Amino acid sequence: MAMKDVPDNIFMTQLDAAASWARANSLWPMPFATACCGIELMATASSRFDLARFGAEVMRFSPRQCDLMIVAGRVVMKMLPVLQRIWLQMPEPKWCISMGACACTGGVFDTYAVVQGVDRFIPVDLYVPGCPPRPEQLMAGIIALQDKIKHGGTLNGTEFGKRTQPMGPTPYDLDELIRIREANEQLVSLN
Amino acid sequence: MSTEETLQSKFPAAGLKCSQFRDNRRVVVPAESLQPLLAFMKGDLGFDFLAEITAVDYLEYEGATDRFGVVYVVVNTKTGERLVIKTFVNDPDPVLPSAYSLWKSADWLEREVYDMFGIKFSGHPDLRRILTPDEFSAYPLRKDYPLKGRGERHNFPVITRADS
Ligand code: SF4
Repeated sequence: MAMKDVPDNIFMTQLDAAASWARANSLWPMPFATACCGIELMATASSRFDLARFGAEVMRFSPRQCDLMIVAGRVVMKMLPVLQRIWLQMPEPKWCISMGACACTGGVFDTYAVVQGVDRFIPVDLYVPGCPPRPEQLMAGIIALQDKIKHGGTLNGTEFGKRTQPMGPTPYDLDELIRIREANEQLVSLN
Repeated sequence: MSTEETLQSKFPAAGLKCSQFRDNRRVVVPAESLQPLLAFMKGDLGFDFLAEITAVDYLEYEGATDRFGVVYVVVNTKTGERLVIKTFVNDPDPVLPSAYSLWKSADWLEREVYDMFGIKFSGHPDLRRILTPDEFSAYPLRKDYPLKGRGERHNFPVITRADS
């Protein structure tokens, strides 16, 4: 069929590109807001910054209706099983943004209770640094994620299947092991 | 007669030590006399509100003779009087009588002290951990517990993108 026979209101594209275009422009975030970054996330959604311009304003509190997890805030060890469970409950295709220093690395909260970066335990697609990130920064992150989806997305989500390796740091860093050993040595000298 | 004097005359054998810093009034009481003293304060002196229970770990503290100090703050809501009551317990088995029968607010406060310091309260109706997960085995606010933990924060399954 020659190009000239096609009416103006018909577009030619690939199925992958069409699906990715649709997905990228209708991200439904799951606001996993556990701390101060959550306030900034709410500000991003409000009228001054207006996340709706990027089609991502429909925050859903049911993981079944979301495809973008935004982890905003520190995640403590009691919350991590909840986070993982919510992540597993979200339908494919799904993405994850780790927002703020705490979600990315634990931030200043290097204590026994705070998970040192959610990327150790769930797959993260995009990191937004800052403490807290400005709404503009989060939007820049969402736009970058949209680009990523548009450029690498496939209709069946086959690109996810290849990511079989955990992408974050290993749960036990070397320095963590050393610290644990030092702590135990201190303990022995005390008793 | 001030509350401290009343307590002294009511419990002459207990060896109460009263002190004051600014308007912070403190009574140090041996653990054996804690329960009758608290009952007396609730029943006769009208201290009807238990504002706080917390604990202090004196491990390696200069001049300290006991391991744990447990601190009760009681308030008389009619007169606004506020008193800090402190007692000491020791390893290996720190146990105190529960104040739950006097003030219901002791329920969660005692659970918190148990969770953070491992001090048990005998007679408490439901002494479980309150802040940390149930399977947590350490007492994190003890001084011999490292700030960064013993690796509990890393003890989770790793989910990769392919299996989620
Ligand atoms: S990164 Fe900063 S603003 Fe965000 S949760 Fe941590 S402390 Fe709060």
